[in-house]
Formats: sequence, structure tokens, C-alpha cells
Amino acid sequence: MNARPKIDMLLSGVGGQGVVLASYVLSHVAIAEGYDVKQSEVHGMSQRGGSVTSHFRFGEKVWSPLVSPGTVDILMAFESLEALRYLHWLKPGGLVLYNSVRINPSPVAAGLATYPEDIDGRIKAAWPNVHCVNANSLAAQAGTVKAANVVMLGAVSSYLPFARETWEAVIKKAVPPKSVEVNLKAFQLGVESASVRTECTAVAS
Amino acid sequence: MTKTITETEKAIEILSGNEAIARGAWEAGVKVGTAYPGTPSTEILEELSKYEGVYCEWSTNEKVAMEVAVGASMAGGRAIVCMKHVGLNVAADPFFSSSYIGLEAGLVVVSADDPGMHSSQDEQDNRNYAKFARVPLLEPADSGEAKEFVKAAFEISERFDTPVLLRTTTRTSHSKSLVELEERTETEPVVKLKRNWTKYTMMPQNALARHPLVEQRVRDLAEYAEDCPFNRIEMGDPRVGIITSGVAYAYAREAIPGASFLKLGLTFPLPKRLIASFRSQVEKLYVVEESDPFLEEAVRLLGIKIDGGKELNTLLGEIGPRLIAESFAKAGVPGVNESLLAEVQPPVEGLPNRPPTFCPGCSHRGVFAVLSKLRLFVSGDIGCYTLGALEPFNSVHCSTCMGASISMAHGMAKVLEVGAADTSPADSKADLRNKPVAIIGDSTFFHSGITSLIDVAWNGGKTLNIIVDNSTTAMTGGQETPGMGRTLRGEPAAAVDIPALCKAIGIKRVTTVDPYDLKEVERVLREELAADEPSVVIAKAPCVLEYRIKWAPCRVDSEVCIGCKHCLKAGCMALKLVVNAAGERKVEIDQELCAGCGVCAQLCKYGAIVRPEEAEGGKA
Repeated sequence: MNARPKIDMLLSGVGGQGVVLASYVLSHVAIAEGYDVKQSEVHGMSQRGGSVTSHFRFGEKVWSPLVSPGTVDILMAFESLEALRYLHWLKPGGLVLYNSVRINPSPVAAGLATYPEDIDGRIKAAWPNVHCVNANSLAAQAGTVKAANVVMLGAVSSYLPFARETWEAVIKKAVPPKSVEVNLKAFQLGVESASVRTECTAVAS
Repeated sequence: MTKTITETEKAIEILSGNEAIARGAWEAGVKVGTAYPGTPSTEILEELSKYEGVYCEWSTNEKVAMEVAVGASMAGGRAIVCMKHVGLNVAADPFFSSSYIGLEAGLVVVSADDPGMHSSQDEQDNRNYAKFARVPLLEPADSGEAKEFVKAAFEISERFDTPVLLRTTTRTSHSKSLVELEERTETEPVVKLKRNWTKYTMMPQNALARHPLVEQRVRDLAEYAEDCPFNRIEMGDPRVGIITSGVAYAYAREAIPGASFLKLGLTFPLPKRLIASFRSQVEKLYVVEESDPFLEEAVRLLGIKIDGGKELNTLLGEIGPRLIAESFAKAGVPGVNESLLAEVQPPVEGLPNRPPTFCPGCSHRGVFAVLSKLRLFVSGDIGCYTLGALEPFNSVHCSTCMGASISMAHGMAKVLEVGAADTSPADSKADLRNKPVAIIGDSTFFHSGITSLIDVAWNGGKTLNIIVDNSTTAMTGGQETPGMGRTLRGEPAAAVDIPALCKAIGIKRVTTVDPYDLKEVERVLREELAADEPSVVIAKAPCVLEYRIKWAPCRVDSEVCIGCKHCLKAGCMALKLVVNAAGERKVEIDQELCAGCGVCAQLCKYGAIVRPEEAEGGKA
């Protein structure tokens, strides 16, 4: 048997963006494909509009439930500022896949801080391997902005060794029956985004 | 929502540590499960309550939860009680006594510790409680062990007549890994109470007789620990031996993959011969553990030499694979995982933080807008409303532990009374900023605020106490409270009448206000602050997140808005300051995020924020 890949991912976003559901889907897809999986997230206070992260690792055998700074293969950021904030967790050559949406943190909303200017430029300047997705617009195109997390899953699927059928089977189980169609469409739009690697411009939420 | 095993159910499932503990308890035939919600422990009981054949309850606090579980096990049914680390401080009294009395059927106490304080006020290491109370301690490293250890905990509990402390941390409770599911083993039904007063009535004469049995039990458990399958040697490179437990084992395996490990699952009392044997098989011996040097000190006390312990990591926060790898490499230990030593880019500097904040529409916002305007000293408590400490409100000036808001404000007011009597007639008395105000949520009030309020009423206190009643335990994800009229399992129940309760304990001034009506909140607070006796103001409105409340969103009339930013004092994520094409500052309201509560509209001095009429779905 060929050596199977071992991949470390860090998911980052804002409470309420569906980071937890995306982690759920990733874990179940990896398990269905026969990998050992460790996934770690934190509940409680940070979920109230705060910065949220989830650690996801799969491979033949995985020990630690946490990834480490400087070792992450794929940073999957659901919001632009949360991509920039965690860039240093990537290993050299690692990929940052991020949703170009902007969500103001509370100090910005309160007028006490400003959202970074030209965030896409800053990400590109800081990191060579970038895939930006307008996940919110693509999700709206699929039928609901709420499916932006599934657009992100579609986008990341291009970089992971999992079969399309496995993704679809897990998504069907993870979302409510009436929104399966919208979510599968959102997934497809995410997949397509990888082939074009959309040039992004920051979009306000 | 009831879970039963079906033939189609997969034998292997990915579960969080908390889900695995619930599963293990259920498989062990547990009869009773109790808890008070607290991160990172909450999901254990939420999950357990979905299984059939187990009575589960949210208790009013951890002490009560412990006592209900002790009672159940004394009566002969296996019981589990779950709490966060600081919950065990609350439950310490019955916990210590339960160690003396032992039990009739297995009793497992779960403490979920929070190194790194992801959602806590301290990062105490509750392994110390096991030694303190003389009870065995189990530390699972992942979800598979969590399930296995809970089942074993019931066996150990019954075999040695002792409660068992099962200690997890955030990373074992909230990390997910693969678990093999098994069937439930039914335990004997409990049909009548047995009497054994010398064992269970802890008056001095009986307690004196129990203590030697407790100490003998520790010696017996230490003997058991020598052969316990959860304590095992995994020989690798004999140059490097590592003693470790819990999630630190997973980190250490990652950091120094080829080392030899003594992986301890039963960590109090320790197996002396096993440790000495491991010591003799390795050149250098290290201890890797998170938080306190609990194992390290115990091993040193056994007279066994250690070449590196706490000085190689930290007492503060979480350790992770990288921290271990770096410190071991620095100490010249061979076999460190090179990929963990790669240079890390510095983080991008100057980015705005993203702290947690009140949800759009949150019923606490209006109260804090007024507290902030009046610049009152606020004695806070534990819950979502602690976020009132942050910008732009800056209106929680202390917060220590559950229920303390009311009693601490009382202490402050009393010392100010003494101070005023000792000095010339103080004009400070008229200063509102010298009048401490307590703020506490409904669930926290039931947990331990009631006794504080009785103290205020009894001892001639004069403080103003605000109960922000959103009819749920919001911060931990919306668990039932004694005020809601239903239980954990959704059954109808008695509901505490908070105003009637306050009156019954002797508070005469009790007012209920709509927290979304800022003028009314301010009027009532000013009136109660002027009173020369204690008062309670209940700011009552349901949690918008838990009850899924959303009114039609507010809009900004950009013709009227002058960009003064006054509305931003609402501290709401739905508000955004933008510069329009003409270069003018204007506020916009995100129509997706806005819940239509109208607090910002009341803060606007120019009437620029338009609230939809009730007929259009706006808030009444």
C-alpha cells in the first residue's frame, strides 16, 4: 500500500460562520476514506462573535489533536482578517484558502479600530500560495449566503485526496434535508473556484 | 431525540471526549447523571440525556449536582456528576465527604479543566483534588480512552468503595477522535433503601472510624495501579524516557516520536514499582504534563530521579507539540520531530482584535448602555453579561466567581459606610459612581446568587442588584434554568418566580423592566440608586440567540445621519461606519446581522435610525 498523505489544517473564522459544521464534514469525509482523524475546537465564550479556530488533522495515525504554528498545510480562513491573523501557522509553501468576505470585529464596529486596508494585497504580499474565494457571493448564487462554509469545502476539496461521492454523501447527512440541493450546488461552485483561482476583492459582509 | 442502539449503527464513530464520556457512562449502565453547565464540560450531560434508561438533570449548582449523584449511588444506582474545574470548588464539600463514606454503586465525578482559560476565570489543575480528597484519578488522552476510562471508573469505584475523579482538559473534552461503540450493560434496578448509618452518617465518631479505611484504600489503589492496564510502558529509544498523562501524551508522542513512554492513565495514587522499573530501563527520565507539576512532584517524592520536568515547559496555559519539541531540542534530547522545529514567521502585527461580543439584538445591550452612561461601578458575575467589561461599555469592574456579584457589592457598600462614618460627612455619598451595583444572570442567580441576596437583606445591605433574566443559561449554549418551567429533558416543571422570591427573602423594592427601553431602564436605576434600602431590578427579556428572535431590521436615514458615532456605543456588530462617495461619514446597518432591537435607534440623538413599525415586523 502506498504511503497515505498526512495533512494538517487550521480553520479560522468568526463565531456564527459555520466553522464547526465545516470541521464536522471534513472529519467525516476523512473517516469515510479510512483515515485516522483528530479534530479540535473550543466552545463557550469565543463563539459570541469572536475569533474561532478549529484544528483538523488526518493521516495513517495522528497523535496530537492540535496543529502547531509553522506546520500547517492548509489554512482555511472563512473571513479575510482571520486569514491574515493566522498566516504564520502555515508551513513554508502551505496554502492559504480564504473567503474574501469582511466581517467587522467589535472594536471596529464600535469605531475604536479600523479594518485593515487592502487586506487582499496584504495577504498576497505576505504569502505566495493563495486561493481566494468570494464564498459569500457564490453561496448567494447557489441559493443562500448561509452556505458559504460549504462553498469553502468545495474549494478545499481540490487540494484533498477525497472522492467527490464521499463529500456529497457526508454533506447530505450534515445539512437539513430541504437545503441539500442548495448545499451541493454551493459545493460545486466552490470546486469550480479552484480551477480559476478567482481574483478577489474585499467584499463587505 | 432518544438514542438507542440499532443494528445499523456503526461500531466506530468519531466522538468528542465529552460525547465519549456520555457514551461510556451509558454503556456502564449508569442510572443517574447530574451537572451544572460549564465549558468545557457541558456536552457530557447534554449527550447522556439523549440515551434511554438514565435519569439526567441540570442541577441548580455543582454542589447540588454532586449531592444528587452521591445520594443516587448511596441508594445503589451508578451515578455520574459532571462539571467544569471551578465547579468542583463549589462541589468540594460533598466531594470530600463522599470520599469518606464511599458508596453502594459506582460514583464517577468528571472535572473538565480548562488550561489556557478558553472560557474560564482560572486554570487550576484539579488533579490536586484527587490527592486532597484521597480518591483515585483517571486521565484519558483521547475520546477512545475517555469512554474506556469511564467504564473502568465505575468498576474501580465499586471495587474500592470510593468515588473516582475523571479529569479531562479542554483538548480531551472538545477534541474528536475515533471511538468503538459497545452495548449497554444493564445494572441491577434499585428497589429499596439500605441503612448503614455508621458508614454514611459522618458525625465525628463514625468519621474517625472511616479515615483509616480511606488511607488503607489509597495504599490498595497504589498496589492496583502497578498492574492497571491504563499504566503502561511503551519502550522505544532507551536514551529518552518520558512519563506523561492525558493529552500531554499525544503532544509528547508527536514531539519525540521515537522515545520510550510510561503512559499513565491512573495518576493518583502512583505505581511506585512500575515507575522505578521504567527509570531503570531508560538513560534519562523526563515528565511531560500540562499545568501543575503534579506527576513530577509525586515521582520525586517516591525518591526517583528526574532529569527534566516543569522547567522544560510551563505552568501557564496549554503546552502543545511545538513547545515540547523546542524545549527538548534545546535541552539536547535526541529524536525530536524536526518538522516542529521549523522557523515560524512572526504574526502580522497591528491587526484589530476580535473579542467575543454581545450578539445583535442581545437583551443585555440596553442595560449596559445605561450602566455605561451613568458610569456606575458594576460588580459583575459569570455569564454572557461579563462581556459588558469590554469596549465600548467598560462597565464590569470586577468578576470573580459564580454568585459573587451581589455579595461583593454588599461588602464594598459596607466598607464605604464605615469609611463615611469615619470621615467628615462625605459628599461622595451622593456620587453615583461610589454606589456599587451588582449584575447577575438568571441562571447564575439560581446557582449561588440567592444566598448572597439573603445576606444583603438580612444584614441591612443597601445595594442595587440587577438580575438580567434572559430565561436561559446563555453562555454555555442555552441550557434550561429553574426559572424556565421545564427540565433538561423538556418535561414541564415548576418555575421559580424571581420577584416573589426576592420579596420572600426580605427585599421590598423589586422592579421588572424591559431592557430594550433605555429611558425606562435609566429612570428605574436612578430611582433605585436613591433608595435607602436594598433593591432588585429584573431586566427581563429572552435570549435572542436561544429563542431565535429576530425583528425587522433597523435602517439608517443617511440624509439625517451626521456620522457622530453616538450609536456605536451600542457596541453592535451590525453597525458600520462608512465613508460615502461624497466623503461623508455615515453609519450603515447590516440588514442580515441586525435583529431589530432598536437600542442603537434610542442612542441616536438625531432620529437617523428608523425602526420598522410593529406591523412591519419591527419590535413593539
